[in-house]
Amino acid sequence: MTGLLDIRNLDISLALPGGSLHAVKDVTLSLEKGESLGIVGESGSGKSMTALTLMRLLPRSARCKAARLSFDGQDLPALDDRTFAETIAGPRIGMIFQEPMTSLNPVYTIGRQMTEAAVARGLLSAREARRKAIDLLERVGISDPENRMSQFPHQMSGGQRQRVMIAMTLMLDPDLLIADEPTTALDVTVQAQILDLLDGLRRERQMGLILISHDLAVVAQRTDKVAVMYSGELVEQGAANQVLFAPRHDYTKKLLAAIPRLDGPPGRVVAAAPKEEEVIAARDVTRLFSSRKGLFGPRREVRALDGVSMALKRGETLALIGESGSGKSTLARILLGLDEASSGDVTMLGRSLAEIPATERARFVQPVFQDPYTSLNPRRRLAEIIARPLVLRGEGDKASRLAAVRDAMEHVRLPPRLLHAYPSQLSGGQRQRVAIARALVTRPEALICDEPTSALDVSVQAQILKLLDELRAEMGLTCLLITHDMAVVHEVADRVAVMYQGRIVEEGSAQTVLAHPDNDYTARLLAAAPRFGETAEDLKVAQ
Amino acid sequence: MLRYIALRGLLALLVAFTVSLAAFLLLNVAADPAQAIAGEDATPDVVEAIRARYGLDRPLSVRYFDWLGGVLQGDFGESYYWHKPVAALVADRADETITLAFSALAVTIVIAIPLGALAALNPNSWIDRFALGVAVSAQAVPNFWLGLIMIILFAVMIPIFPVSGDDTWKHFVLPAFVLGASSVPAVMRLTRTGLIEVMGADYIRTARSKGFRGWQLLRRHALRNAILPVISVLAVQLGQKFGGSVITESIFAINGLGRLALESILGADIPTVQMLIFVFAIVFVAMNLLADILNAALDPRIRIG
Repeated sequence: MTGLLDIRNLDISLALPGGSLHAVKDVTLSLEKGESLGIVGESGSGKSMTALTLMRLLPRSARCKAARLSFDGQDLPALDDRTFAETIAGPRIGMIFQEPMTSLNPVYTIGRQMTEAAVARGLLSAREARRKAIDLLERVGISDPENRMSQFPHQMSGGQRQRVMIAMTLMLDPDLLIADEPTTALDVTVQAQILDLLDGLRRERQMGLILISHDLAVVAQRTDKVAVMYSGELVEQGAANQVLFAPRHDYTKKLLAAIPRLDGPPGRVVAAAPKEEEVIAARDVTRLFSSRKGLFGPRREVRALDGVSMALKRGETLALIGESGSGKSTLARILLGLDEASSGDVTMLGRSLAEIPATERARFVQPVFQDPYTSLNPRRRLAEIIARPLVLRGEGDKASRLAAVRDAMEHVRLPPRLLHAYPSQLSGGQRQRVAIARALVTRPEALICDEPTSALDVSVQAQILKLLDELRAEMGLTCLLITHDMAVVHEVADRVAVMYQGRIVEEGSAQTVLAHPDNDYTARLLAAAPRFGETAEDLKVAQ
Repeated sequence: MLRYIALRGLLALLVAFTVSLAAFLLLNVAADPAQAIAGEDATPDVVEAIRARYGLDRPLSVRYFDWLGGVLQGDFGESYYWHKPVAALVADRADETITLAFSALAVTIVIAIPLGALAALNPNSWIDRFALGVAVSAQAVPNFWLGLIMIILFAVMIPIFPVSGDDTWKHFVLPAFVLGASSVPAVMRLTRTGLIEVMGADYIRTARSKGFRGWQLLRRHALRNAILPVISVLAVQLGQKFGGSVITESIFAINGLGRLALESILGADIPTVQMLIFVFAIVFVAMNLLADILNAALDPRIRIG
């Protein structure tokens, strides 16, 4: 067989202080030139480990062995490290990593990082490399690519850095591209553009593509073959249609059932009957940021928010959607009192935000952030983490705080035995429950959840969304949900507000907006959302 | 950036003057300077005469502002002991100390950074253990003892270097080594942990995936990130070298500022001590400022907010 990639019986074990962990068990995969393979599974299922093996990037503690590990006819384990680095890593096999915030070197410019490998290898002259880099940046949707070349990573958003990472990997024209969650940090419109680009390269240059994702909808649309991994094992493998529409393994079926669907019925417990009382209201809020280009450059003003008015009514879930950079998070920060509006005002139950002291504000509104892995203090026990807002407010005594913590944990369905656990002992879903419990402990009127599920696996995402929805029904909780996932909106939101370039361009009931968008931009967002058809025929149409 | 430097410079001066005020109070309150100059056996008449002669009978505040006014005009007063302007005295001796401090820093860098880097690249190997051993011993050994041992070993038993003095570069080898060794542990440890952290960073993984490895990976992607915290510590260490020269210069009989400081303290030569403290404070603050500027130059996250 003249396949591009042939992996047989791959085993990886990690040496841990308390013994060894069998991270990948007996995985057999193959890929032809120009073919695409999707690997799906939860975090910790061994998807990334398998990919890192191909790049020789496994951690030092890992031991891997395989009956066969060949790439384009070459036996990979037979190559020494030097030969591998010189001939394979980069120009033959390229990899896009999933951590956009940290995968670029903070002290060098984008331009240098993009061009250095091609120039150092003598593949391109500095001038050619620069031209190619600018071209690729443009193709991944980075505006003003020439100026971007002299910028540093910290001057870009996560989504932009991810696109730089993608463009950088493509600089060396790899024959096999491994993309580990390449579009998780991106908005749907950009995601579609990137996936189109990768598809195009696959056809043009017969590039092989391994797409690692927990997003089944993306995998269903973009790959020929799908492999499903669960706790280190390959539980199911086959043509995309067959695996996704006629799954044989129970785990695959469970995974498929957990996906929020744009086209299914909304999953809400009880639709809210919103009262007219406005818990939080923003009127004509504008936020200006000024920045300087270079050391002595002229001052430029950026309108992050431009006359935004919105109201969060008691008992409803309002979804705020829009691309990154559209001002969603800035608005959230202002509503939370973490940032101040340049003009306009924000009121909470009729009182101006400026008049409410910070400690009292915690009673009105609490945040839940995106990343449950970094937003909890690793050195504190759950009981301390959840009680923190009460301690800061100087509320109650030890016993009453503990009672409040227990109550909050019960609300978010965390078993009381975890009271003295540390965050590192919890799964991603449990951590996000802790974050929600911490937010609920002050009994706030409203929660502001900034992408609360985008760092989680689909099956966990479904649980958290269900939890938020149940809390709304049980406690009459008001919730502002910031997301870029249309299917999530469809699943849990009563109303939707669409933001674009600092303005709210459309607002209305979730059903109406998703079914009949008035605004062009909303329509574009919806069109770009990956859809997961009901049958194999739908999939073909979608492709 | 320029504003930042100007602001930090101003702050540095403020720190130096605060230090000088504290030193002034300590020197004048802790002991009676007139008595100290006159010596223990002097009669009260003599002490009073000295007090009047050096203006020590005026109130403390007047004397401090008198001194301060002089400093602002570049006049640090006259030494009680040498009967020369202090500024000239200090300028005369500065060469030796500057040479010693910088060569000691060079010793630190040459030993600590490669050792720390090797340890970081081979964690838990024999070289890592060796480096740790070096660090622990260098930390445990007092400076003056190491100085004496070095003299016995390399000047007396194997006479490669002179025992003391400051005439040729050979005179500076042993003192620079002794003074430099004291900073090796801190700098080495920081290099090691910094580099270990950097080598585990995601951007290093990215660079590896582009085919960089070994020395190239280190030079192109790791070094600048790992060196940032080390620069700050080196600056503090260089400041300490000036201060630390007091002991080393005495052991090796080098006629630098450290020895001058010791002599003036023993001789209650207040104007000289006062100026030396002021100069050491300025050097210390200036080194920190330099480290901040270097850090900003190397790290765009500081440079471009």
